[in-house]
Amino acid sequence: MTTTVPSTADRPQTMDAWRGFVAGPWQDGVDVRDFIQRNYTPYTGDASFLAGPTPRTTAIWEKLTAMFQVERERGVYDIDTHIPGTITSHAPGYIDKDNELIVGLQTDAPLKRAMIPNGGWRMVEGALETYGYEVDPDIKKIFTTYRKTHNDGVFDVYSQRVKAARRSHIITGLPDAYGRGRIIGDYRRIALYGVDGLIAAKNQERAELDLPLSSDSVVRDREENAEQVRALRELKEMAASYGCDISQPAGTAREAVQWLYFGYLGAVKEQNGAAMSLGRTSTFLDVYLQRDLDTGRITETEAQELIDDLVIKLRIVRFLRTPQYDTLFSGDPTWVTEAIGGMGEDGRTLVSRTSYRFLHTLYNLGPAPEPNLTVLWNDKLPEAFKRFCAEVSIDTSAIQYESDDLVRRQCGDDGAIACCVSAMRVGKQMQFFGARVNLAKTLLYAINGGRDEVTGEQVAPPRPPVSGDVLDYDDVRHRFSSLLSWLAETYVDALNCIHYMHDKYAYERLEMALHDRNVLRTMACGIAGLSVAADSLSAIRYARVRPVRDERGLVVDYETEGAFPTYGNDDDRADAIAVDLVREMMRNLRRQPTYRDAVPTQSVLTITSNVVYGQATGNTPDGRRAGQPFAPGANPMNGRDSHGMFASALSVSKLPYTESLDGISLTSTVVPAGLGRDRSEQVANLVGLLDGYVVSAGFHLNVNVLNRQTLEDAMEHPDKYPQLTVRVSGYAVNFVRLTRAQQLDVLSRTFHAAV
Amino acid sequence: MTFLGCTIRTTGPEVVGVAGAEDPDVRSAELAAVRAGTVGRVHSWELVSGLDGPGTRLTVFLSGCVLRCQYCHNPDTWRLPDGNLTTLDELTDRIARRAAALKVMHGGVTLSGGEPLIQRPFVTNVLQRCKELGLHTALDTSGFLGMRAKDELLDAVDLVLLDVKAGLPETYRTVTGRELAPTLRFGRRLRDRGTPIWIRYVLVPGLTDGEEDVCTVADYVASISEVVQRVEVLPFHQMGRDKWKALDIPYPLAQTKPPSDELVTHVRETFRSRGLVTY
Repeated sequence: MTTTVPSTADRPQTMDAWRGFVAGPWQDGVDVRDFIQRNYTPYTGDASFLAGPTPRTTAIWEKLTAMFQVERERGVYDIDTHIPGTITSHAPGYIDKDNELIVGLQTDAPLKRAMIPNGGWRMVEGALETYGYEVDPDIKKIFTTYRKTHNDGVFDVYSQRVKAARRSHIITGLPDAYGRGRIIGDYRRIALYGVDGLIAAKNQERAELDLPLSSDSVVRDREENAEQVRALRELKEMAASYGCDISQPAGTAREAVQWLYFGYLGAVKEQNGAAMSLGRTSTFLDVYLQRDLDTGRITETEAQELIDDLVIKLRIVRFLRTPQYDTLFSGDPTWVTEAIGGMGEDGRTLVSRTSYRFLHTLYNLGPAPEPNLTVLWNDKLPEAFKRFCAEVSIDTSAIQYESDDLVRRQCGDDGAIACCVSAMRVGKQMQFFGARVNLAKTLLYAINGGRDEVTGEQVAPPRPPVSGDVLDYDDVRHRFSSLLSWLAETYVDALNCIHYMHDKYAYERLEMALHDRNVLRTMACGIAGLSVAADSLSAIRYARVRPVRDERGLVVDYETEGAFPTYGNDDDRADAIAVDLVREMMRNLRRQPTYRDAVPTQSVLTITSNVVYGQATGNTPDGRRAGQPFAPGANPMNGRDSHGMFASALSVSKLPYTESLDGISLTSTVVPAGLGRDRSEQVANLVGLLDGYVVSAGFHLNVNVLNRQTLEDAMEHPDKYPQLTVRVSGYAVNFVRLTRAQQLDVLSRTFHAAV
Repeated sequence: MTFLGCTIRTTGPEVVGVAGAEDPDVRSAELAAVRAGTVGRVHSWELVSGLDGPGTRLTVFLSGCVLRCQYCHNPDTWRLPDGNLTTLDELTDRIARRAAALKVMHGGVTLSGGEPLIQRPFVTNVLQRCKELGLHTALDTSGFLGMRAKDELLDAVDLVLLDVKAGLPETYRTVTGRELAPTLRFGRRLRDRGTPIWIRYVLVPGLTDGEEDVCTVADYVASISEVVQRVEVLPFHQMGRDKWKALDIPYPLAQTKPPSDELVTHVRETFRSRGLVTY
């Protein structure tokens, strides 16, 4: 459904801003997709039109590069310890005021991080202490005495059962002490309609909300609407402090980029969400850039400069986080994910020149993990664009790919990716981020009658543990099923508490102001340790696995005799076990009642938490030792995928996307020589691999094209590799910013190669 | 397992032994099937890119080889009976399931080994099934058994990866324990048939790096250049050493180092100077 934009269309300013655009329903109500479809120019040519960086761009980037080094040494560049971040909290900040084309910083200086305590005060205090900053007693008093936080709310309502599951790490990484993120505001709306137009639309929604009597849900909706309108007003105020009046639609390309960025900036000024994604903006912005190019207002160099400047801003988004947080999400990621390319529902490609311009920033500014450039890949994309993407991947390892067909089938052709792999309709859908549960540990609980294999604590309901000298597959599988059902119930119970409190104490008012009134909410659950659980079950089924018990009677180790198939080799015997686990978990999740009737989904994604999940999990029947990292996401276990990168990908592609609509993540590393003898062959073969993967129903592929030696050298000489980017699990990081354990984990992964 | 820098074949944990070989009825049925080419001995398979032919390919490693190359990095493929008994239907099913993806990836199927021509009936059938599926096919061979390859087999081959291991007959004997001439004859036959070839030459310091050896090979390749699409000079590496150790076979090159970059460049130039596309 669309929300109408009353009266703005009659204003002369609006009509002037829309000059030259093809008219349509987008003028009568908020409908950005309709605007794009009627006005964009598909581009099927090659990259030869692109312009390099101007001295202005390079100078700004160099100024920041020097600051990055200081930031890397200290952990943070600077923190504002006195003023918590809100949309309007800080005076304007600049990198180089006279030379910036696109303006706006989260605080009054670049790389200076703001406290955003609504998610939880402890996180803020922990971060300040870690980096040697003094806590402002007044601020502490406000957030511990006068103002309740999301974190306080959640712990007021968690049940004992949830607390036990959380403590034992069978459920971890829950967004109960930090911002949940993964909500994408439709920042394009600001450029297209101006804030006044959006406020008018929200006011009309409010009038509709005033009609029913004040039930719980109506009251909540009205309050949220009021907060949304307030946030939009503050956004105008913030933009005005930078000398911009964003009440009206953007009239030029520069204004369009700036207005859109202000929307995003407002969101990251007051929300420290785990992932703060940008959406799908490149082809939208292309309409404005093309109009100005056509009328001679700007040149290609100037068009590229605007995108370069925007991307510089997106690269310096910073949040104040603790080292504990960093073990889950390492390398200080922000997931400014931008979805690029794809095919439209009418068969035209959504690739535009600005799709190229975004990717080209990886050359103009050098490689970087953010923004998280995500190409919606389709074998029907223009050949030249496919080759360009492959070249960029080979040169920078900075792109991730997701299946355009799968995303479009689910979200239409205006879907974007939140975080790593969560597809959603922009402005029409949001999610309640739910981190993940540990399937490998769940299997160990099944064997031990619900007791924790490390502590011995009874976490799940007591059952008799397995008996006998050899594990019986049917017996273990049956026990595992009953534990999965308990796990799903406990898990969703925790998430219902979390999201109730997040809405109450840390509502994303600006991001939600950039959504329709009625949005689809998903309860985005997740699983970790899939490959360990699948291989362990395969071992029990196809080999002989003897449990080894300690003096407490707990099974703490396994002796495995004989061979067994492993997930990751396109072998159905093992792959089917993984597929079954995904299906069964989803069936269990669907049975749970959810907060705000959110639709349950799940992801097979770990971010970098595969390392900490492994640390918290004992020996497993597949031969993995206690403490060893899991494979990331849906990856096969490192080194067990022995039939080549594509065979590994084929196993992953068997996991049904319909049963894991929040995404399935695969990260592959290939050495350049593993793609072909020379560059043109490498490019052609990488294009082929991506085509082959999406044709085989694969969903997501993170591609690293790297030599192991490069990474080893970077561990020894980090200063030589400030911009070395590697893709981990759904996002990219500066390799030199990873902890040593995580660097070693990346090195231990399979490098697909050949001679 | 895929190790860094090299594709080395291991049977992996998924392999199980073949039971029932002692039963004489079972054995004679097996022999009949082998002759008919409806079963074969397969060591392993892999999906690889940029190697073993164009695009991303399903490479099937067949067991059995008559050569005993000093630098072999898959000595575990030497013995035919070590392979897994695999039916033609099983193998074709695997190929057919992935045919669409292989086509999209501009790849196909490569039969490698071991020496695939040892299992000629099976290889012929597999290749013909691949052609029925519309797939590009490649045969990775030393050419030593080229005489065995009937025209009906070669008719189903789009590309031959011909491993010419030395230029001089003495060197060839030292490297492989066998004669060079059959390989040279096979190459000429392919030229006459118009079957495209990728030449491979493994460069081993102290073994195959003699100037005369290299020049003789290069001259030979130039003489069949009409069908040679590329020459691949493959620098020797030590990634196979552990396999020799595991099989408890004395490894003559245990102390040999990979060739220097200069040597590799020089040898590649030797081929290039004869107008050959060389990697």
